[in-house]
Amino acid sequence: MNESSETARSIAAGHVPLLDVDDVTLQYKTKEHLVTATYRVSFRVHRGDRFVLLGPSGCGKSTLLKGVGGFLRPAEGAIRLNGAPVDRPGPDRMMVFQEFDQLLPWKTVLQNVMFPMLASRRHGHAEAAGRALAAIEKVKLAEFCDIYPHMLSGGMKQRVAIARAMAMEPEILLMDEPFAALDALTRRRMQEELLQLWADTRFTVLFVTHSIEEAIIVGNRILVLSPHPGQVKAELNSTHGHASAGDAAFLALRQRIHDMLFAEAVEEKAVPR
Amino acid sequence: MKASVRPLAEPPARPEFVRQTLDARNVGEIVRPLSHWERVTNIGAVRKLFILIVLAVIWQVYSARLDNPLMFPTFGDTVAAFWRDVLSGELLARTFVSIKVLLMGYAAGVAVAAVLTTFAVSTRIGTDFLSTLTAMLNPLPAIALLPLALLWFGLGNPSMVFVLIHSVLWPLSLNTHSGFLAVSETLRMAGYNYGLRGVPYVLRILVPAAFPSILTGLKIGWAFAWRTLIAAELVFGVSSASGGLGWYIFLNKNQLEIANVFAGLFTVIIIGLLVESVVFRTIEVRTVRKWGMQR
Repeated sequence: MNESSETARSIAAGHVPLLDVDDVTLQYKTKEHLVTATYRVSFRVHRGDRFVLLGPSGCGKSTLLKGVGGFLRPAEGAIRLNGAPVDRPGPDRMMVFQEFDQLLPWKTVLQNVMFPMLASRRHGHAEAAGRALAAIEKVKLAEFCDIYPHMLSGGMKQRVAIARAMAMEPEILLMDEPFAALDALTRRRMQEELLQLWADTRFTVLFVTHSIEEAIIVGNRILVLSPHPGQVKAELNSTHGHASAGDAAFLALRQRIHDMLFAEAVEEKAVPR
Repeated sequence: MKASVRPLAEPPARPEFVRQTLDARNVGEIVRPLSHWERVTNIGAVRKLFILIVLAVIWQVYSARLDNPLMFPTFGDTVAAFWRDVLSGELLARTFVSIKVLLMGYAAGVAVAAVLTTFAVSTRIGTDFLSTLTAMLNPLPAIALLPLALLWFGLGNPSMVFVLIHSVLWPLSLNTHSGFLAVSETLRMAGYNYGLRGVPYVLRILVPAAFPSILTGLKIGWAFAWRTLIAAELVFGVSSASGGLGWYIFLNKNQLEIANVFAGLFTVIIIGLLVESVVFRTIEVRTVRKWGMQR
C-alpha cells in the first residue's frame, strides 16, 4: 500500500521509472534441477539512479541482472524499460561483467570500445571512433588505445569495459560485480572513478554486488535481497561516498544491512540446498 | 595426530628495521645485451635449419657407405635429380597440377565445414547432426572413398575434389565446433548484448574467439588433404597426361629412377614445410599470437 502510493506520488511528480521490475520470478534450469533464483521481486529504477542489488551469494542478484539484460525471461511478472517489455538482449542495456575476458582479445582497446557501436549499427565508423576516444579518455586510458587486451592489467580491462559500455550511452548500465575480481586498492580507485564519471555524465546504473561497503559507497538506492530464492528485504537510501566512509551514519547503515543479511545467513544453514 | 606430538612452532621475536636501497650500479650489470650467439640461437628457424642439416649429413654419410643407388640414393644424387627436374620444368608443372587440385578441394572443404559448423552451433539438432557425422566419417580414410568417387564422377578432378573435401571437412569441423563450444559465456553474452544474432554473431564473435582451434583444424585439414592427394595420384594417376606429384613419383619408380622418386618425395616435404612455416606461421603471428591467445 505504502509503496504503491509512493510510486503514484513520484509518477504524479513527473518521475516515470526508467526500469520497472514488477513481481518478477526468475527460474533457470541446470542439468537436474529447475532453480527458482528470485521470487516476486519488484523495484523501480529512475533516470540518474545508482541502483544497487545487494545480497549474499545465491540471492539471485546476478540472475536478476541477466533478466534485465534480456538473457533470461521471467517465469512470472514483467520487466519493462521505458514502458516496453524487455524480451531480448540489446545495446540499450550495456552489460559490464565481472570477468576480465569480456573484452574481445582480437581487438585493440579502441576497437573494443568501437565494436558495439558498429555492431549495433548505431554510429558510423568515424563517429564511433570519436565517441570511443572520448570514452577512453574519460577512463584515463588514452595512451593504451592501440594495445591488445592481454597486455592490460585487470583494473585496466574493467575500465575499458566500462568505457565500452558508456560510449554507447545506453539507457541503463548493467554492472555485474565489476570490481569483485580486483585487488582492494584498485577496487577502491575504480569505485571513486565510477562515482566521478557518474557526477560528470549522470548515467543510470544497476549495480550488483555482495559487498555491503561497496553498495553503500556506490549506490544512492540499495535493494537488499534475501537468499534462496531472492526476495526483497528492504530498499534503502545511501548518501555516502568514500569521504564519509567510517563515520557514524555510514557504520550504522552498514550494521543495519549486515543484521538483515546475517539473519538470513542463519536461516540459510537450516535449509538444505 | 602428528601435530599433537610435535611442539607448536613459535617464531622468534625479531627487531624491526628500515633500510635505504643500495645504489644498484655497484651490484654489476642490470641490463646486458645478449651475445650474438645467444641471439642467433634464439631464432627458431636457425635451430630448425641446424636439425635439417644434421639429418642431411646423416643421410649422405649412410647412403654413401651403403653405395646402392637403386635402393637408397645419396642426398647429393637426390638434390641433383631434384634440381635437374626443376630446371627442366617437369617437377614444377607436376607440382602445379597437384596444388591446383589441392586448393580446389581444400577451399570446397573449408566452405562446407563453415556451413556445417554454423548450422551446428545455431541449433541443437545441427549439433547432433555434426557430431554423429563426424564420429562416423572422420575415421574413414579419404582414399577408401576414391573407388566410389571414380565410379560416380569418373576419372579426373571432380573425383579428387570429392575425396579432398572428405579429408578436410571432418577434422576442420570437429576442431571448429569444439572451438565454438569453448568460447566463454561472458564473450557470448557480450556479443548478444550488442544485438548480434545468427550469422553476424558467428562471424564476429565465435569465429575470432575460436580462432586458435580453427587454425589447428585448418592445419590438420591441410596435412590430411595433402596426404590424400599424393596417395590418390600414386594409386590411380587419374588423368595421367597431366598427373601431379604422386604420378611423377609413380612413373619414376616404374622407370627405376629412384633418385627422382626421392626428389618427388623431397618436393612433397618442402611444400609441406613451406606451407607450415610460411603460410600458417604468418597467419598465427598476425592473429592468435598478436591477440595473446597463444604463446
